[in-house]
Amino acid sequence: MHELAICQGLIDEVERIAADNGGGAVDSILLAVGPLSGVEPVLLQRAFEVARAGSCAAQAELAIELLPVMVACRSCGGGGEASANRLLCPQCGDWQVDLVSGDELQIRRVALDCDAPAAG
Amino acid sequence: MCQECGCATGTGEVHVHDGHHHHHHHGPDPRSIEVVRDLLHANDHAAAHNRDHMRRHGVVAINLMSSPGAGKTALLEATIDALAPRWRIAVVEGDLETDNDARRIRAKGVPAVQVTTGQTCHLDAGMVHEALHQIDLDAVDLLFIENVGNLVCPAGFDLGQDANVVLLAVTEGDDKPAKYPVMFRAADLVLLSKSDLLAVLDDFSPERAAENVRALANGAPVETISAKRPESLKPWFAWLEARLAAAQAPIPAEAAE
Repeated sequence: MHELAICQGLIDEVERIAADNGGGAVDSILLAVGPLSGVEPVLLQRAFEVARAGSCAAQAELAIELLPVMVACRSCGGGGEASANRLLCPQCGDWQVDLVSGDELQIRRVALDCDAPAAG
Repeated sequence: MCQECGCATGTGEVHVHDGHHHHHHHGPDPRSIEVVRDLLHANDHAAAHNRDHMRRHGVVAINLMSSPGAGKTALLEATIDALAPRWRIAVVEGDLETDNDARRIRAKGVPAVQVTTGQTCHLDAGMVHEALHQIDLDAVDLLFIENVGNLVCPAGFDLGQDANVVLLAVTEGDDKPAKYPVMFRAADLVLLSKSDLLAVLDDFSPERAAENVRALANGAPVETISAKRPESLKPWFAWLEARLAAAQAPIPAEAAE
């Protein structure tokens, strides 16, 4: 259960982004999460409800976009979607692939409430 | 100006950074901020600091991870016995509670700093930073960071190590890499430990374990070892010696800037 630690990092980053953009309460946050980030989105949502208390994101909604695992093959030049524990080329089956997507754990959008003043 | 990278991008522009899906859409709504910011930004920053600090002191740092009871501390004891005469070793011990492991290491005459994480199931770069301040890095060639026994959480946190070494005890099952892909994908070396028990186990195949590591697109070496059989540890020592030799080699002039 490291989702709480990750959520505390999330709140710190969101507070910085909000402050850099004129401050104010955060209305919503959009994350992009891949299966190979090691983070469970359901647990992240639950941890967020704890971590957001007392921050500028205390009333914020958290949306999580799940990204697919995508690989590019070094052997045949092909690629495509793979499962998190079988990172093999979908065309030729080789394991010598590069991960194109699937390990993301990123903030993609922070929406600030235009009317409400910043909490705290 | 773009908040993420500092580039001078005006409103309404879209730009893409270095192939990492790093799109910025500076749209018309000034209160909706599009960014690409890693959630572990602060940890990664602290880890980069640790890495730089240790490199400047010529220290090779190994992050040792496994489930609880796979034999991390026993491996360190055997490693100290074999390598301490030639290399100066120090250990950072991560545990939820007790300093039992640090005391085992100190009994070998090697400095050990215990980090007790309480309810936290992993070490992070900040904890390692604190521990590094208790170690004279000028007197260390090889630093082992024994992470909290856990195959899930430690994989997510960069500590500033040179390499990740993951132990998988042969009593655990050869499908562990498929069950914990994040951890085993991050491994630079996989050690199949407690191999002295293979004789009494009919369901663990080192070859299958290695195949499951390959299926994670990971070409890391997979070695079968037993801390009780010094002969089996030779590939592990050779792997460490190669990293130590590389760290001791003078930095080429063009790379030193």
